[in-house]
Amino acid sequence: MVASIALKPDAHTRYVLRLADTCLVWSHRLSEWCGHAPVLEEDIALANQALDLLGQARALLTHAGRLEGQGFDEDQLAYLRDERDYLNVTLAELPNALVAGARGDFALTVLRNFFLSAWMLALWRALERSSDAELAAIAGKAAKESRYHREHAADWVVRLGDGTDESHRRMSAALDRLWPCTSELFDADEVDAAAAATGLGPAWDALREGWLADVQAVLAEATLPLPPAPAWRGDAKRGRHSEHLGPLLAVMQVLPRSYPGGVW
Amino acid sequence: MSGNPDAAAAGGEWPLWEVFVRSKAGLDHKHCGSLHAPDAKAAVQLAREVYTRRQEGTSIWVVRSDQIVASDPGDKDMYFDPMADKVYRHPTFYELPDAVNHM
Repeated sequence: MVASIALKPDAHTRYVLRLADTCLVWSHRLSEWCGHAPVLEEDIALANQALDLLGQARALLTHAGRLEGQGFDEDQLAYLRDERDYLNVTLAELPNALVAGARGDFALTVLRNFFLSAWMLALWRALERSSDAELAAIAGKAAKESRYHREHAADWVVRLGDGTDESHRRMSAALDRLWPCTSELFDADEVDAAAAATGLGPAWDALREGWLADVQAVLAEATLPLPPAPAWRGDAKRGRHSEHLGPLLAVMQVLPRSYPGGVW
Repeated sequence: MSGNPDAAAAGGEWPLWEVFVRSKAGLDHKHCGSLHAPDAKAAVQLAREVYTRRQEGTSIWVVRSDQIVASDPGDKDMYFDPMADKVYRHPTFYELPDAVNHM
């Protein structure tokens, strides 16, 4: 097995890694639907979105590797970092299923897609004006993808929330499960303060108002009442993850760690 | 999904849609296949996912398959064979000046 790498990321690199890892881990969750989605057409749609997110993650990881300065490439950053060095948000790493052992819950999947893509869209649009020219260029391309992801997911949230009694019940259960994890998306710390000060990107708490307005409108159309503000606050973006990231990374990393440099 | 009246009528299956894709501006929309979708907007999105993921398209039309009215294959002789011996309907008997290309 290949040993893990250790990073010494500054605030700028950590800001980029939080986005990169969120895209990568979320992409992996979506890829788990491949061959198992409720219908063929949506199976392709979820795989297409997973590939969009993987493309965003690759560009961001390559950039983060250059910023970090030890010469790590995208593959090393994806496959050779330990769980604690992953800086994605909790929402991205939760399993697709509500109950352990189940293959996946489509309601939870589309609601997570909506929450995260609405948030990413706001983030990309702000990052198009980043003082980091590379990040601004990545944002310009990614914003178009996220706009489609948001629309596709929002349509599903409305269709299922305002659908049958059964689909409404499932969307409500997904909302109860995911809502507490949304506070982490707007929890600013010293990484955000540095990003805002240098013009790298917005402090995440600045995105809250626009996101909430978007979410409120869609949930209202979906006849899903907005839950109260969550008390729990995730800390995955500072490396303290839920129990779910470890097994995900084990699956993602076992092959390149066991067969270093393997290609086909 | 099953709450969709159209889907319920079809025994829980989503209705079938025919997909037409325009490959670039100025060309016509060409029929490229069909798919199942719960409603019109989903049909356009899923057509985008299924039929334009390799840059095949710049515009999509979808139409419910059960809204298409087609000629009966059994009427093929009656409908189309009478045209076989009427070459005078083709504009091939005009003498064109050399300056006119690509007619």
